[in-house]
Amino acid sequence: MEILNDYGIVLALAGAVLAALIPGIASAKAVSMGGIAGAGVITEDPSQFGKVLILQLLPGTQGIYGLLISFITLSQIGVLGGSGDISFVKGALYFAACLPIIIVGYTSAIKQANASVASIGVVAKRPDQFGKAMIFPAMVETYAILALLISILAITNVSGINI
Amino acid sequence: MALLQMRRIYIYALKKDRKQILELLQRRGVVEVRSLLKEDRVFSKSDVSVAEQSLEKNISLAKESLEILNNYVKEDKSLLSALAGREELPVEAYDSFKEKYKPTIDIAKRIIELSKIIAENKAEIFRLDTQIEILTPWVNLDIPLSFKGTNHTTGFIGTLPKPWTMEEIYEKLADYMPLNVDIISSTKEQTCIFILCTNNNKDKVYEILREMEFTLPSLTIDKSPTEQLSLLEKQIGEAKDRIDAAIDEMESYDKVRNDIKFLLDYETMRLEKYEVIGTLLQSKNVFIITGFIPDKDIKALEEELTLRFDVAVETAEPRKKDDVPILYKNNGFSEPLEGIVNSYSPPGKSERDPTMVMSLFYYALFGLMLSDAGYGFIIAAACAFGLIKFRKTIEKPMKNTLKMYMFCGIATVFWGIVFSSYFGDIFDVVAKTFFGVTDLPIIPPLWFYPVEKPMLMLTFAFAIGIIHLLTGLGMKGYQLAKQKDYKGIIYDVVFWFILLIGGVINLLSMKMVTDVLSIEVNIPDKVVSVAGILAVISAVGIILTNGRESKNPFKRILKGLYSLYGISGYLSDVLSYSRLLALGLATGVIGTVINQMAAMTAGGILGPVFFIIIVIVGHALNLGINALGAYVHTNRLQYVEFFGKFYEGGGKVFKPFGINTKYYKIKESTEYGNIK
Repeated sequence: MEILNDYGIVLALAGAVLAALIPGIASAKAVSMGGIAGAGVITEDPSQFGKVLILQLLPGTQGIYGLLISFITLSQIGVLGGSGDISFVKGALYFAACLPIIIVGYTSAIKQANASVASIGVVAKRPDQFGKAMIFPAMVETYAILALLISILAITNVSGINI
Repeated sequence: MALLQMRRIYIYALKKDRKQILELLQRRGVVEVRSLLKEDRVFSKSDVSVAEQSLEKNISLAKESLEILNNYVKEDKSLLSALAGREELPVEAYDSFKEKYKPTIDIAKRIIELSKIIAENKAEIFRLDTQIEILTPWVNLDIPLSFKGTNHTTGFIGTLPKPWTMEEIYEKLADYMPLNVDIISSTKEQTCIFILCTNNNKDKVYEILREMEFTLPSLTIDKSPTEQLSLLEKQIGEAKDRIDAAIDEMESYDKVRNDIKFLLDYETMRLEKYEVIGTLLQSKNVFIITGFIPDKDIKALEEELTLRFDVAVETAEPRKKDDVPILYKNNGFSEPLEGIVNSYSPPGKSERDPTMVMSLFYYALFGLMLSDAGYGFIIAAACAFGLIKFRKTIEKPMKNTLKMYMFCGIATVFWGIVFSSYFGDIFDVVAKTFFGVTDLPIIPPLWFYPVEKPMLMLTFAFAIGIIHLLTGLGMKGYQLAKQKDYKGIIYDVVFWFILLIGGVINLLSMKMVTDVLSIEVNIPDKVVSVAGILAVISAVGIILTNGRESKNPFKRILKGLYSLYGISGYLSDVLSYSRLLALGLATGVIGTVINQMAAMTAGGILGPVFFIIIVIVGHALNLGINALGAYVHTNRLQYVEFFGKFYEGGGKVFKPFGINTKYYKIKESTEYGNIK
């Protein structure tokens, strides 16, 4: 068990890195889906650029949430300055705390991109319905925000646990 | 929080005044024309589709020519010109345009013609260039490419694939001497040759050449390549001259650009007029305009019309089944949000305008999600700058957008100060890195740091959510009161109010809940038990009454139970406000991280330069992405959580017959006629 404790930081860092990695990948994919759909609309009606851009960017936030969790974890575990003395259990806890945003961030970004693409279709045909079209992808994002919330709360409180 | 009262209006007038009356109405822009009367034997609608088509043609002509003109002659435009709004012109400019009308249309047509000439000549140049490319390898040949031979000889002019040397060709053709082989040019891809042989050998030579994959040139010209080349060069020169001439002529039309713009507006106005004429009921000498008009504008319009023309104006209350258009009336604080309500849906029949109540929350929620005083200041200052710089000419929708973001920015500054976020923690970082200050923070928060006490922030977010939701429920009560559905108020609003508040009090009395939320609440036991009892009574009330539209008692109870289950909806609605915390933290933490990264580079002589660059770029990105997030999610909270409690919409916005032009406006037009 004593030897394992050297690896606590590894687990924690793995969580932090995955939090930036996986939702980042998903957001990149999601934003590109929106971009492809948006480019089609722009060829027909360049004046819709602003609206289409907003819809394209909506699923990009998961990557930022992941980054956020990653930063908070890095600063908590002492990689960004400080001591990196973390027990194995604590490392595992940090890893677990990162999981919500890693998993939900990934799926919700892709699913949100589907909704975004559909909404871009709405804007192409009925630019005046932008307000409603924007809400559909935003509904999906709720779950990414909830996951982000749990990840934040878990990570900021793990350091207080005495293990 | 109000909508303007609308009335039906009927204007009866003589046909000889039709043009003047319509133009007057168009400039006033206070009447939405609708067909409210039926056609009969005397009064009928006239067909204006021919006139409309020709106007539409002119409009697209003007649009196309403007687009072309913009491609060739750039218009001087500053980045901010979008804010400047349309230029104002006196009525005389409109009236005197008739003289310029014909020449302007001709110029517009000429511009389109010129763009065709340019395109044709560009294609010509491309064609000639291809010919030159084909001819270039033959430049050393001094006879025409079409040369076939003399009386006794036959000439073969063409190409062989791959490079060939003179010897290799002679070797192949050795049997058919005498003959002459010239290599005109040779490259890696092909060898251009000229072979002259006697007539009696020509078939055999040709056969061998074919085995060598000999091909004839794709051009047959009677002139020698050099001559032909110079001819082609000349033709290209001519085509270029024609293009230059066309572009020069195009540039000379720069000064009529404004006339073409006016033509576009002029025809747009006329088209709108004709569209109205198409809906008018007309007899031989009389016509009737029907529609809706805001109550407050009736008097002025009636006076003006009766003073100038022989007309009869009549107004009436809208009927029950009328789809009365919506015109908002809000103060300067709430007005900017009318657009947000419209993009959900304008208030439907018997609904109140929610803009005012919404505005109380909208700016605050936006500010909470962005929650950085620096970012808020940038947004507010930029909007204020635009509003002041263009205060005279700015169009209403643009003005409202800027005002909305200005208020959002001010709210952001407020929350930024409450939670002490100034571009993340820029003051602390600068003080620490460059001045070695250790007494941090420089500006302590008014309340607390959300990063340090996220649970407290979460509780605060939930509290705001509960207030927001209860306000929505209150709005429902207000609407029911206006409809005089007092039973509905008790069943659908009061019961829920008591249930929700009772539930919250009971939750707060549990130690587990207050521990999780990290707050301390001391509610007297009596209050808790009373609240509990009241909540249970309300729950029973909801079960008994919320299915009241069903006659069957069993079904009614089931429906009531299902309504009570709606309390889970309230739970998820409240949880939804956790985005206030998440988005607020996202802005703050990313801002802090940017500052940290900048501080890492701050050493050395160039350090401050890197520091400034990283800070500016990083915060610009963070501001952009988080302002977008704040905007989207504020709308979501308003649309889904808040409107979901009481608002359906489904109305139509008041669209008066007016001057809906793109570039110019006519001076006398009034406030609502200027929608772009």
